Amino acid sequence: MEAWRLALSSSIRGKLISAGYTSLSSISSVSSSDLARDANITEDEAFEILKLANQSSGSNSCNGNRSLINGAKNAWDMLHEEESLPRITTSCSDLDNILGGGISCRDVTEIGGVPGIGKTQIGIQLSVNVQIPREFGGLGGKAIYIDTEGSFMVERALQIAEACVEDMEEYTGYMHKHFKANQVQMKPKDILENIFYFRVCSYTEQIALVNHLDKFISENKDVKVVIVDSITFHFRQDFDDLVQRTRVLSEMALKFMKLAKKFSLAVVLLNQVTTKYTEGSFQLALALGDSWSHSCTNRVILYWNGDERYAYIDKSPSLPSASASYTVTSRGLRNSSSSSKRVKMM
Amino acid sequence: MPEFELMELLDVGMKETKSAVALISEATSPPCQSARSLLERKVENEHLSGHLPTHLKGLDETLCGGIPFGVLTELVGPPGIGKSQFCMKLALSASFPAAYGGLDGRVVYIDVESKFSSRRVIEMGLESFPEVFHLKGMAQEMAGRILVLRPTSLANFTESIQELKDSILQNQVKLLVIDSMTALLSGENKQGAQRQQQLGWHISFLKSLAEFSRIPIVVTNQVRSQNRDETSHYSFQAKLKDGLQEQTKTYDSHLVAALGINWAHAVTIRLVLEAKSGQRIIKVAKSPMSPPLAFPFHITSAGISLLSDKGTELKGPGINTIHARGHIDMINFHGECS
Repeated sequence: MEAWRLALSSSIRGKLISAGYTSLSSISSVSSSDLARDANITEDEAFEILKLANQSSGSNSCNGNRSLINGAKNAWDMLHEEESLPRITTSCSDLDNILGGGISCRDVTEIGGVPGIGKTQIGIQLSVNVQIPREFGGLGGKAIYIDTEGSFMVERALQIAEACVEDMEEYTGYMHKHFKANQVQMKPKDILENIFYFRVCSYTEQIALVNHLDKFISENKDVKVVIVDSITFHFRQDFDDLVQRTRVLSEMALKFMKLAKKFSLAVVLLNQVTTKYTEGSFQLALALGDSWSHSCTNRVILYWNGDERYAYIDKSPSLPSASASYTVTSRGLRNSSSSSKRVKMM
Repeated sequence: MPEFELMELLDVGMKETKSAVALISEATSPPCQSARSLLERKVENEHLSGHLPTHLKGLDETLCGGIPFGVLTELVGPPGIGKSQFCMKLALSASFPAAYGGLDGRVVYIDVESKFSSRRVIEMGLESFPEVFHLKGMAQEMAGRILVLRPTSLANFTESIQELKDSILQNQVKLLVIDSMTALLSGENKQGAQRQQQLGWHISFLKSLAEFSRIPIVVTNQVRSQNRDETSHYSFQAKLKDGLQEQTKTYDSHLVAALGINWAHAVTIRLVLEAKSGQRIIKVAKSPMSPPLAFPFHITSAGISLLSDKGTELKGPGINTIHARGHIDMINFHGECS
């Protein structure tokens, strides 16, 4: 590996290279005091460089002296992790089924659809459902709702929260028939208290917020879901340079993935649609372009099919492509009454 | 900007770059609020928790009080159906004193196609709120609060709304009506991508204006017929052989809202006015807090009034299609088009 690839400031790098240290192997074989003398830098700086050089060569398997690659996990251990992964229910069991139990934590899921199909509804439902306490099979976590369009209607969140508490109380009443009914501790206003709401008004704010999330979530460790409604809005109108847009978006996707893995939370990105000319006609497709469509791990498309709203798993590393219907009621997302139409598999 | 490039520019090490980016990000990020504090603030500070009543009982109930503040509400429908009538009534409602359920403020009415009629507004006022309007000088004061603008071009309009942004709060403007957005854009000669960009700019601006000043913005939109080669399907839907695919082909010639899908995403509430077999209907086609309900209505001297406060819930295709059948035979009220 070349020395110029190291993460150093350009002046120090320049000094290194002009002193003749162009490859990593040349750096790692020398002591810090020799390096300092040759390249005309301080001993501290030399020490930093050596540390960096050793880190980089450690992850480069063609070096040969290391048998294990830093940071890799074997697939068997991962299987155990994957199976015990908590999932957030969508309150619609048909939808949960095709999702393998719900929206998975540690993953980025993209949900897109035409206006009015229920994207914001799913977002609000998830931000309430993540708070369902462990005793009821939930995660007992908090939610971050990043609103880029102003579609978050707090009255609706209250409606859904109230319905959730009512459902929990009903469940308690049913399960503990013989015991004194355990009063559900949560009240709807408490649920609202645990939704951290951010209103983003420009793409700069959006990028800044994504950068800041790491710190915010470290200080609020019980956040288990981050919902962005929608990631598209600011990037659709204000960006002139498409190349830059693609780059910024893929960086953002990467940051979200890191957040998901680091804090074991679910990231849900809501996307809009656009029309694309393919196969001889105009068709609907999710916005932000082809390169974005590679960025998310999972993708769910919401669409109208006749009278009903359907969700389709468009992309997933472990789930088969399938669609299921759902409805939006005053209490939130629920199974559609015609769930006699079984889940359709591809 | 990716971190490597930043480091090049500033000539500092990785750690410093990272902490600089983190600090700047934190400073630029919007503040965090809990959803609960949002609700409490709305209830405390805003009139009727942030809603402008339409005085149509069924509709107000569905919308949790009325047209919400801070977001874009769209009225779309075929010509002559009653969009401008609706807007005029709303303007009246906003200008009313708080004691009578109004916002006690000024209204900026952007009238692109010269559909605003003061005579009509006063007539509506006299018929629907006689107790208020018959008071001496009331009519003059209420009408005086409605400022009508007739922009001659899109550029003209853009200038005006930019001016408005600065003066909204000082001048107690409580409602902005744009009638109609389609007419503004159709006057321009730009096509395709440029037009999308123009519209895109206006969308962002209007949304932030609404939110920043916490006022409702009502925009009317027209309809156009759907092109033959337009579909509303995704590529994977061809593979999912649901027998309903055949049915949808018959929708080829129906009407759709103009201004495109980007606009449709941007509005928070979409109210569709249409006519089916001679009956006018207003339906809530898109609303985050209401089910898709349809109400029959008619237009009287008092403006729009619902024939039934109990809405019928709509199914899938009915929500988004717009009908204009049986409409041409309907009498245009007072010979005016709306």
